[in-house]
Amino acid sequence: MSTVSLSSAPATAVRVAKNRMSPVVTLSAGFLLVVVLVALLADWLAPLPYTAQNLAARLKPPLTESGGTTYWLGTDQLGRDILSRMIFAVRTSILIAVMGTLIGAIFGTMLGFIAARLRGFVDQAIMMLVDAQAAIPALFLALTMLAFFGNNIVLFIILISIDGWDRYTRLARGLVVSEQESDYINAVEALGAGPSRVILRHLLPNIAAALVVQATLNFPGTILLETSLSFLGLGVQPPGTSLGLMLGEGRRYLLNAWWIAVFPGLTIFLTTLSMSLFGDWLRDRLDPTSERH
Amino acid sequence: MFRFLALRSLRALLTVAICVSAVFIALRLAGDPAQIMLPSDTPPDVVAYYRDAWGLDRPLAEQYLRYIASAVRGDFGLSFADDRPAFAAVIEALPKTYLLGSSALMLALLIGLPLGILAALRHNRAADRLAMAVAVFGYAIPVFFLGILLILLFALKLRVLPSAGSDSLWHLILPTVTLGLPLAGRLARFARTATLEVLGKPYIRAARGRGVMPLGVIIRHALPNAAVPLLMFIGIEIGHILAGSAVVETIFAWPGIGRLLVDSVSTRDLAVVQAVIFTVTIIMVGANLLVDVVHILIDPRLGGFSRAVGKQA
Repeated sequence: MSTVSLSSAPATAVRVAKNRMSPVVTLSAGFLLVVVLVALLADWLAPLPYTAQNLAARLKPPLTESGGTTYWLGTDQLGRDILSRMIFAVRTSILIAVMGTLIGAIFGTMLGFIAARLRGFVDQAIMMLVDAQAAIPALFLALTMLAFFGNNIVLFIILISIDGWDRYTRLARGLVVSEQESDYINAVEALGAGPSRVILRHLLPNIAAALVVQATLNFPGTILLETSLSFLGLGVQPPGTSLGLMLGEGRRYLLNAWWIAVFPGLTIFLTTLSMSLFGDWLRDRLDPTSERH
Repeated sequence: MFRFLALRSLRALLTVAICVSAVFIALRLAGDPAQIMLPSDTPPDVVAYYRDAWGLDRPLAEQYLRYIASAVRGDFGLSFADDRPAFAAVIEALPKTYLLGSSALMLALLIGLPLGILAALRHNRAADRLAMAVAVFGYAIPVFFLGILLILLFALKLRVLPSAGSDSLWHLILPTVTLGLPLAGRLARFARTATLEVLGKPYIRAARGRGVMPLGVIIRHALPNAAVPLLMFIGIEIGHILAGSAVVETIFAWPGIGRLLVDSVSTRDLAVVQAVIFTVTIIMVGANLLVDVVHILIDPRLGGFSRAVGKQA
């Protein structure tokens, strides 16, 4: 019976297929590259300044020409060019998400290392904090802090980094605890290497892949946190712009001017979709410890 | 087992205590609570009255204990939106969120579970790839974007469903779909992984070898063993549902606690904000505790209910 041989036969074929990018993953990576380039080159790419108003051309549909300018993606309620605003919104959203991810990853990983190296009471205390963090959705915590402290961009970025630090702590702690038991760390320590050398030269490089994968998989959630808060009007404030803010503003004009909300929304969707697909591929490639099917 | 339950409950209580303390610390770091909590046009003598009433001139330790004591009683002060206890506003909004959240979870189970199991049974074939493509779309789409697309299509263009309010069951449909579809996507992916894992186990291979039909294998052997991870998954997803409710309830003007929080944050109605965050913490910690307890009860390896029954028999 052929059904009995459930697995194991085509293992090598799977391995080869896994390392090659499928067309979907290539497309995702390409889209992410475009997003990053747009964020970096916003000043050169945007046809108009993102705050430039043209009250004669309010709520114009895509591909409208008015006064010698073509509005490729239409205009909003103040006659601002949607395309130009989106280009700058991509910059804001990506910048905040990248900084939030970096801060969260570095802070979380450090706590994980501290917990794993010191163990005992410190370990317990840190893990209790992790539990507490997991008990409140990041969006709720961010909303509460914004209510207490009022909105400013530094606080906002720190709040964005809240989403996920606990996952890095958990991951780093678990990996370091198990790596510390391994022969090569024992050998390195027996040879007289100090703690900082063990951590920076040996432990960190060996768990870096798993951390990078975690960051990639976390990134869509971080973008969604920023865009959700801005969408609710509690994140990036005008005259600044972010993809979520544009969507939130466009919500009121859905019936007459769907393009204000739909183009930024589509951009967020494609970014998180590409990042998820790319992250899955990266996990299968880089992190041999994770489950895969 | 009782020792474990006691320890686990203690830990849950500790988590709640940490969260409440963190809110206290954040509130103090933000400045004078009387200034922050009261509307900005409050006369100075009224502010002074509240400073005295809330004991803000006493030692910090005493204030902290008073704070904890009133939090336990559900007393977070008055909402200045309508001058009633903040906790009453939360209690009123809670059933609405419960209704929305549970119907979204139901929708997710109805779509996601069959989709994931089907994908696992057709592993690496066309149906699997199609199901997973649908699932990825489902969980990558931002809820606010999905909500807006649904409003645009069903409420504004086709005019078949209401876009705002909570007067009838018709009002429940669009928010449920908005909150439920991303959940269904994650659930399908999860169900696929869990099923594949179970299908690889020796006892499944043995059942197949004995000639048990594939569907029989799934129903008799695979599903009961996938129940525990599924339960854990739902426990984790409660957080996503609550977080999603803040956005979905705002879009669809659904008067649950998510919208209450967003509104209170906009007006800086801090008493209500604290009451909501306290309630959400309790729900999350309680749900996770419940998941752990049920896990012990249904997994015989952990020495729970089934083993006790087995011994008696």
